[in-house]
Amino acid sequence: MKKLIKSTLLVAASLWSVATLAAGPTVPLDKAKIDLHDKASLQRGAQLFMNYCLGCHSMQYQRYNRTFKDLEIPEDLGMENLQFSGEKVGDLITNAMDSTDASKWFGTPAPDLTLVARVRGADWIYTYLRSFYADESRPFGVNNAVFPNVGMPHVLEELQGIPRQTTEQRLVDGEMKDVYVGIKTDGSGMLTTEEYDKAVNDLTNFLVYTGEPMMLEQRRIGWYVFGFLIVFLVFSVLLKREFFKDVK
Amino acid sequence: MSNAPVDKGRRRFLTVATSVVGAAGAVGVAVPFIASWNPSEKAKNAGAPVEVNIGKTEPGQLIRVEWRGQPVWVVRRTPEMLASLETLNDKLRDPNSDEPQQPEYAKNLHRSRKEEYFIAVGICTHLGCSPQYLENTMGELVEGAQGGFFCPCHGSTFDIAGRVFQGVPAPYNLVIPPHYYINDTTILVGEDGEQA
Amino acid sequence: MNKLIAWFDERIPMTKTWNIHLAQYPAPKNFNFWYIFGVLATLVLVNQIVTGIWLTMNYVPTGEGAFASVEFIMRDIEYGWLLRYMHSTGASAFFVVVYLHMFRGMMYGSYQKPRELLWIFGMLIFLVLMAEAFMGYLLPWGQMSYWGAQVIISLFGAIPIIGDDLTQWIRGDYVISGATLNRFFALHVIALPLVLVILVFLHIIALHEVGSNNPEGISIKKPKGSVPESEKPKFKFHERFTNKYDIVDAFPFFPYYIVKDLVGIAIFLFFFCYVIFFAPAMGGMFLEPPNFEAANPLKTPEHIAPVWYFTPFYAILRAVPNKLLGVILMFGAIVALFVLPWLDRGKVRSVRYRSTLHKINLTVFAISFIVLGYLGLKPATDVYTFFARVFTFLYFAFFVLLFFYSKNEKCKPVPERITK
Repeated sequence: MKKLIKSTLLVAASLWSVATLAAGPTVPLDKAKIDLHDKASLQRGAQLFMNYCLGCHSMQYQRYNRTFKDLEIPEDLGMENLQFSGEKVGDLITNAMDSTDASKWFGTPAPDLTLVARVRGADWIYTYLRSFYADESRPFGVNNAVFPNVGMPHVLEELQGIPRQTTEQRLVDGEMKDVYVGIKTDGSGMLTTEEYDKAVNDLTNFLVYTGEPMMLEQRRIGWYVFGFLIVFLVFSVLLKREFFKDVK
Repeated sequence: MSNAPVDKGRRRFLTVATSVVGAAGAVGVAVPFIASWNPSEKAKNAGAPVEVNIGKTEPGQLIRVEWRGQPVWVVRRTPEMLASLETLNDKLRDPNSDEPQQPEYAKNLHRSRKEEYFIAVGICTHLGCSPQYLENTMGELVEGAQGGFFCPCHGSTFDIAGRVFQGVPAPYNLVIPPHYYINDTTILVGEDGEQA
Repeated sequence: MNKLIAWFDERIPMTKTWNIHLAQYPAPKNFNFWYIFGVLATLVLVNQIVTGIWLTMNYVPTGEGAFASVEFIMRDIEYGWLLRYMHSTGASAFFVVVYLHMFRGMMYGSYQKPRELLWIFGMLIFLVLMAEAFMGYLLPWGQMSYWGAQVIISLFGAIPIIGDDLTQWIRGDYVISGATLNRFFALHVIALPLVLVILVFLHIIALHEVGSNNPEGISIKKPKGSVPESEKPKFKFHERFTNKYDIVDAFPFFPYYIVKDLVGIAIFLFFFCYVIFFAPAMGGMFLEPPNFEAANPLKTPEHIAPVWYFTPFYAILRAVPNKLLGVILMFGAIVALFVLPWLDRGKVRSVRYRSTLHKINLTVFAISFIVLGYLGLKPATDVYTFFARVFTFLYFAFFVLLFFYSKNEKCKPVPERITK
């Protein structure tokens, strides 16, 4: 039996090492700081989305009024400053872009972003939006390290500035070599690198919210359910013990 | 198997207590199932208050708007129409609008916030048809009425304030929806507003 | 109250049914942890039926409307997210408890004579459940729904001659489309649940006819008159059980196992509710990330894997380089379980009294099943395929070895009575 366990563990270990190898080389993703309780961050994220993303990307399963309520934005303020489409505050967050036009301009219709955080994950979005770099060979003059040959222009360029893949001269093994040190902005944007990262994090936070707008309520109810289950468990254990006195 | 006597009281208490906790759980589980039958956000949005521009209505004109999927009428009444209201009182079933078919602010002779404008849900209180608007006169149906409403389904008649006449199948006056004036030329149908 | 009961009893066997199946049904006294999963499967079945009915109230079974209607349920219906997560988590929970329930049967020989038919009904339930889960997974009409169904339906294309026509007939179109979605919806919400409920009923009737097995694998029915009065349990069992046999080492299902099951249910609900409220996607295992993207017939996701409960069989399918043989082997993996009562020619039921060889064989089988499940989730690289072949071999080796050694197996002596 011991031998069996040992060999099982061995197989499991080898499987594990193979699994990590098979994942293959991908761009390591940076960790986004997601906090659905941080309403200020979510509000800034919503503002960025409405100003920079909604032109092409819809959010067709999410409603304005729910967004305002969940983000603690007063309805009239929200309608004035954040509602760029639809008539009523209860309307879905759609845009007017025609999908055939979009296919012509970008090669593919711009995907709806309501659920993008559930499809890609927060870290992917956070890294993706910080991984554009200038590449003259591409139609929009930019490429993306996370999403090679992306069909989307760098819409946040006015905030970030023009990002370039940067190399530095460094001493490697006693020789000066050009070493890739990541994507660096030329500083022409409205934000510093730290401010830009923070803005992208806010936007990511907002997209995580829209992916699962019920998450906070869901967890809150979950704790109540656990509370109930503890009570039920205690009583059922006592009841079982009481009845099993008959058969012990 | 021990022969220790069974503590009946304890056993009964635990049975009842567990049953009560279980029943409370069942009620809790029922909540989402019952609540899910309420109008969805989509339905609420479709049934949201509607703005009506009354700036361009002519005297005597009726305009229809849709609110919560129902026809809502806005009639700009002429002075003659308003003058006739008092004279019809003894032909009506509920001349003083005692039945709660209107918000408190429309419980008056003209059944509206402003005398001139009549706002009502255009659905007969009998079996739900939408009555026709008869402008200026109700002809042979009611002598002396300066316009009113006639339901083609079962012949119910209402005066120009939506009050039901006697001797017709409809039991109540027409329903006045909650509404208020955003400004002189705009009405919001579906909300009482702060004036309520 | 008594009068009312009497009124019913004259017209329908109410009290009699209650007594035969619950209050005077003799259940062996030594049920352990493994005996909770039957009750849990019933609980999950009820959950699936009720939440399923509620989901159909707002779900739209069309290619254009399906994906959006699921998000509509999740966002615009009050507690719609809860109903949906209860249903999606219930699907996975169903397989968890059913797999454990089946493994219990294998450990304690619950499929052996006279419980062969009981086992067959159980296997039929498992088969219908897989069809039910597969069709249900198409309904959200996400990328994984679409491409998963595409792959599974293509399996039928492996059948010689009629394969291509058959797949087209199943789809009702040249690709998976609204027509496929609609028929899957009809089967998922009406036809299969009906079959499932009937099979569950038959499963329970068959169980109560032959009586429950137990971890010792020792029968609680002794020849009539062979047990002295002093050794009989002090409980009253229904004469249906006592007029042919003397029942020993048992007590009535109600109230004893009911109150015990309540504890098991409470513990199960902790896990179940944890997933619903805190991890409904279960890290992409219960709800896969690509399924939050609407189905797109022109774009395949980078990596398609079935939901976890199908992956052991999927791994077997992929382990074989030939399409037809792969399909045959995959179905063979299920057929082998069907005929288990006849492959096992041993007379001793419980693993506790069987040979070391059997213990090892069963352990290897369980490990193979789990490892195959893991491999089915992973992309088919050379190394993974190699392991998949090894464990596919071990999976089938269980049945082959069992057939040969069980005839003259060296078992430990089985006691006459359940001692505890």
